[in-house]
Amino acid sequence: MASFTTLTSRVLPLLVNDIDTDQIIPARFLKAIDKLGLSEGLFYDWRYNADGSPKRDFILNKPEAKGAQILLAGDNFGCGSSREHAPWALMGFGFRAVISTSFADIFCNNALKNGLLPIIVSAQGHNELRELVENTPSAQLTIDLAAQTVKLPDGTSFQFPIDGFSKACLLNGVDELGYILRFEDNITAYETLHR
Amino acid sequence: MKPQTLFEKVWNEHIVAQEPESPAVLYIDLHLIHEVTSPQAFSGLRRRRLKVRRPDKTVATVDHSVPTRDVSLPIRDPLAAKQIAQLEENAREFGVRLYGMNSPRRGIVHVIGPELGLTQPGMTIVCGDSHTSTHGAFGALAFGIGTSEVEHVLATQCLLQRKPKTCEVRVDGKLSPGVTAKDVILALLANIGIGGGTGHVFEYTGSAIRALTMEQRMTICNMSIEGGARAGMIAPDDATFEFIAGKEFAPKDEAWDAALHRWKNLPSGEGAYYDKTIMLNASEIAPMITYGTNPGMGIPVTSNVPDPDRFTDASQKLALRKALEYMDLRPGQPLIGHPIDVVFIGSCTNSRISDLRLAASLLKDRKVAPNIRVLIVPGSQDVKIQSEAEGLDKIFKAAGAEWREAGCSMCIAMNGDELQPGQYAVSTSNRNFEGRQGKGGRTFLASPLTAAAAAITGTITDVRTLISTN
Repeated sequence: MASFTTLTSRVLPLLVNDIDTDQIIPARFLKAIDKLGLSEGLFYDWRYNADGSPKRDFILNKPEAKGAQILLAGDNFGCGSSREHAPWALMGFGFRAVISTSFADIFCNNALKNGLLPIIVSAQGHNELRELVENTPSAQLTIDLAAQTVKLPDGTSFQFPIDGFSKACLLNGVDELGYILRFEDNITAYETLHR
Repeated sequence: MKPQTLFEKVWNEHIVAQEPESPAVLYIDLHLIHEVTSPQAFSGLRRRRLKVRRPDKTVATVDHSVPTRDVSLPIRDPLAAKQIAQLEENAREFGVRLYGMNSPRRGIVHVIGPELGLTQPGMTIVCGDSHTSTHGAFGALAFGIGTSEVEHVLATQCLLQRKPKTCEVRVDGKLSPGVTAKDVILALLANIGIGGGTGHVFEYTGSAIRALTMEQRMTICNMSIEGGARAGMIAPDDATFEFIAGKEFAPKDEAWDAALHRWKNLPSGEGAYYDKTIMLNASEIAPMITYGTNPGMGIPVTSNVPDPDRFTDASQKLALRKALEYMDLRPGQPLIGHPIDVVFIGSCTNSRISDLRLAASLLKDRKVAPNIRVLIVPGSQDVKIQSEAEGLDKIFKAAGAEWREAGCSMCIAMNGDELQPGQYAVSTSNRNFEGRQGKGGRTFLASPLTAAAAAITGTITDVRTLISTN
């Protein structure tokens, strides 16, 4: 897994609550047998008209979407299906962090395993960020994972929570399978005991 | 010792290792896999030169993208065909048992697990599918995982997990005629919202839950995830044991006696602590239906569509407006009498024999309304065979419904069974998200009874009006 240390980027607002993984990537794009090309399907039904032309007013189709790596989403982002294609598609598009007041459990796990950082902010923090991007769409945020801070253009910053284990894995690019494999002896002992 | 909950007992029993500040290494007793969320996991194993640690605890089937008619013919969708072929190849190469296209025991993964007796109390069960919560009906800790985690379990038979909180969902009282397990879970979701259970495992308790059959309990546990809870559990009892006894992979003879002894110790101790408790009164629950674009947007079928202006929270107001716009519904309008185009009876929520019997009880000697398409898709080939033995297929066909082969079908619309843009469906499935049943399709979630009632009238109907004239 790619490591995550710091990130400076513009923020794309997609301020809808309860964005489910069927919206992030509709099921018809799940017939792939690899992880490539999934960004084509990212928010497909919100992003394109029936004839396949881009919807001009959708945030991912606006000029400022190019190169943006942070998504600011509404509450309970990533609910519904367990499809890991959702973080794969988000990362394929270029996102490295999603900011919301809350994330669905499975999405959060999937994101962390792929180096996509879920940042949880308070409702008040969320409002401030929304105002910032609405007033200054070009505003850049700097995320510092080690310090667990998001810095705003005016120099102020706020803290975000993340558990120590996930943080260490992201900072060092450690993948969890490698971690579990270290417990080979414990697993064998467990299996012997529970035969 | 402090009394423990069912969840705590199962959790504690499966901890292989736990380092400070780190998630637990949790042992997994049963790993179910299907064609959509497993190919990248097997590729990962190949890349790392790992094998499947416990093929004997791994079971595969094809369900999401399988066609539900003409199964003897080659699959027309080349991508679906490739994905299914890939699972066949992966199962062969890694020695995993597969209930493939030609197996008479294949079906939706959450239907066949219990059917085969693979699902048992006290187990940890995972699958790359959020509706794995279904298996919690047996007192198992069962939850959906992502594809990276599928790879972890294939390689190590373990998962890294943080201990979730517990939430007791207590349902007391007696269900009224025409009200089913589906209405109970839709009522719960309407009450707590789509994120109300995030971070928690539900345990359903109370006299109304005890009175349910195993299939009804599965319907409830299945939709725990729609409230954000990854798992929902119900303590095993005699109904559980009777269901499992004699199934193909159920313990036999002395092993059965030993298992029964273990299983009887699983229920939560008197006074065990839950982080949260939610109470519902079963006798107050009416047949439910959703009006919006997530499963928490449900109301009694006789109610009117909520008005966004009556919400004070700006984001709730916005969400409701957006949902009503997608559904093309007006605030305050009644749903009864709203015309529909399609009825789908199936999915891991409501495709078992008892669900089909309910639908058949209403459709018997009646006709599907003109211009309404009705798809009835059994959850497994086993359910199909049983239905045909009971003559349910004849009732459905005589009424004018389509009788299909097993699969996920129009619940996820990956196999060509899908709504056309703008169409309305009453569906017994679990998700009414935008486009879930086909791009631009509009879904009303309801019970098999309410779905069958809509099939007959061609509109959203209070099933109780049809039962009383029966």
